[in-house]
Amino acid sequence: MSTTPGHAPRATNGTAPDVFSAHGTVPMRQHHVADEVDFAIVGTGCGGGVLAAKLAEAGHSVVAFDAGPFFRPLSDFASDEAEQNKLYWLDPRIAAGEDPIEFGSNNSGRAVGGSTVHFQMVALRFNPDWFASRSRLGYGVDWPVDWREMWDCYAEAESASAISGPIRYPWGPSRGRYPYREHEINAAGHVLVEGAEAMGVDWAATPLATVSAPHGRSPPCVYRGFCKIGCSTNAKQSVLVAFIPRALAAGAEIRDLATVGRIETTRDGRHAIGVHYHRDGAWHFQRARNVVVAGYSIETPRLLLNSASGAHPQGLANSSGTVGRYLMVHSNDAVWGTFDREIRWYKGPPSMACCEHFNYFDDIPDGGFARDFEGGYAFMSQGPLPADFATALATGTGLFGADLRERMMLYNRMAGLKMVGEVLPDADNRVTLAEETDDLGLPRARVSFTAGDNDRRVAAHGRRFMGALLEAAGGRDLIETTGTAHLMGGCRMGHAPEDSVTDADGRTWDVPNLWICDGSLMPTGGGVNPSMTIMANAIRIARRMGAAAGRRARA
Amino acid sequence: MTRSAYPGYDVLDGWDTPSFDAPTRAVLDRRLNDVPPRRFFTEAEWPVLDALCARIMPQPERSAPVPIAPWIDAACHADQSSGTRRDGMPADAEAWRQGLAALEAEAQAAHGRGFTDLADEAQDALLKRVDAGDVSAAEWQGLPPQDFFRQIVLRQIVRIYYVHPAAQSEIGFGGPASPRGYVRLSADRADPWEAPPGKWEEP
Repeated sequence: MSTTPGHAPRATNGTAPDVFSAHGTVPMRQHHVADEVDFAIVGTGCGGGVLAAKLAEAGHSVVAFDAGPFFRPLSDFASDEAEQNKLYWLDPRIAAGEDPIEFGSNNSGRAVGGSTVHFQMVALRFNPDWFASRSRLGYGVDWPVDWREMWDCYAEAESASAISGPIRYPWGPSRGRYPYREHEINAAGHVLVEGAEAMGVDWAATPLATVSAPHGRSPPCVYRGFCKIGCSTNAKQSVLVAFIPRALAAGAEIRDLATVGRIETTRDGRHAIGVHYHRDGAWHFQRARNVVVAGYSIETPRLLLNSASGAHPQGLANSSGTVGRYLMVHSNDAVWGTFDREIRWYKGPPSMACCEHFNYFDDIPDGGFARDFEGGYAFMSQGPLPADFATALATGTGLFGADLRERMMLYNRMAGLKMVGEVLPDADNRVTLAEETDDLGLPRARVSFTAGDNDRRVAAHGRRFMGALLEAAGGRDLIETTGTAHLMGGCRMGHAPEDSVTDADGRTWDVPNLWICDGSLMPTGGGVNPSMTIMANAIRIARRMGAAAGRRARA
Repeated sequence: MTRSAYPGYDVLDGWDTPSFDAPTRAVLDRRLNDVPPRRFFTEAEWPVLDALCARIMPQPERSAPVPIAPWIDAACHADQSSGTRRDGMPADAEAWRQGLAALEAEAQAAHGRGFTDLADEAQDALLKRVDAGDVSAAEWQGLPPQDFFRQIVLRQIVRIYYVHPAAQSEIGFGGPASPRGYVRLSADRADPWEAPPGKWEEP
């Protein structure tokens, strides 16, 4: 077994890990810290990783930093839930509010490739109306983005990630064929299919970011079922596999195990000049013509707040006071039932069938489930690994002892449905700085979250409908669990500097060569998993900023 | 205790098959053969922790129970975090120390005996009171009882138990699966390298 990364950087001496090999390397262009690179990007996930590839391919010099290690899945990843804790951001965030958010494995990666190294690969698009939810649907806020531009970027993101999905997707405007054919639906997915048929609603094989046939150096998915704790075969099209090799090949430099602690500006605060980062036990300063923050909804606001200066006393790019605000999650409530047949949900990706009915309709054909909320939700079949499921049961219901062990004995005969329910933006759900500091002396994030009435109605509707659907498929002894998934917002883009952090291009209103490119930009969260939307938005931003910043850089 | 539907099935039987890659074998070898020593908890705290683990995950049928307390001790020794700290909670290791002291104080207050000296039923009843927040000992020192019980105690103990091959075998989980995954995905179908169909006792 190779040395587990985490202690010493691997992207050094002109080489970076070849993620498709057990121990190999690929060449990597490197920059001196005194070189003023075109772009210093903080974070290498759905936002930063995608952007690094696109900007490097456009000819810009790029250094992308990640606080986490640079994994080689073939030799670093085990089929073990405890070992794979190394994929997560485990430095504590302070969770406050009436509904404190769970971080770590729930939504926060710490690795080159970001949270996509452990995401469930569900590759859905927004309902087009959600990009203008205020003007078209009467809730939330409009994105400063036209859905048709996003539609084209989704297609590019899906192509780059080689999404495997159905020939015809039942909901929303036409989206053409997915690049790879859909996967065979497992028994857990067939429970959703059977229930959906009984309830008279559509279902689909979930479009997934794991390949159903060989793709480049990725082998087809072998349905080992450990996707959520890291794919050890590279069938999964994480950003680590789909974009980081592209970025390196195009000349981008990746600095792993490099934590950016502060963005520096000119004394007047008008221009960013580079980033202070901690690597190999010491602080360094990388000069850059443009700085892009891509640390996701907690670390992006935290870094901006930690970069306060005389010219920016409230934190960088925070003249509006919006940095850290409008943080969103998804309601991730679930219903679990016991069946007469053996389901063995551990086989295959966790969510092989999905239903977006209530993202597009107000009731089911037979009635009885009239919408009583704004927004929407999707739900999927589920296949949690043993420790993940047992912990959800215990922490969600208080079950312990012999009762818990007995319930877990039915593991192979259980099936469940889990929702991704829209949560509305609220200025008081926010990231601020805690008084206590981390090992580098940087104030930790304090995150306050309280669900609103509408959010609770979405979740309650979802539980009721999923429960009815499970029973229609033959499930009994239903158990409900509650929870959240994903993070969105915290540095939203918008139409005006008074109530948003960036413009439509991700350029901060306050500092013209400081950009944001990650899920924190999302003004609303929608009722689908956000990774494809974050990637599509990064592609859209890359198309726009590449040209704009390039002109500036050459001027 | 309901019996396992998979008697005789052991995920470790796949050790030398394509289901177990080298990284996984290395991890499991450490888990099975390298159980960490006590370094964080005191000699006085240890039996309380051990008794608590035995109520959350009772294993009366096993002569050699799945070890749980040593892994909690190791995590506290390394000052590990799950990435989340509820507002008002100290770091996980400190929460354990405070929580065990509070549990002991509650046992003394209610029964005049330590937690380890209570009968199983009394221990369970006390834990359910902790979960309901129906406790008042000064030793809690502001530690929210339900958050301690669910987010620290249940989360960590249950997780440690179900990452152990013995726990995975009793529920018929397929176990490690890399590089070989699965072919038969339909209901009531299993690959030859999975647990055979369960022997279910119908209620």
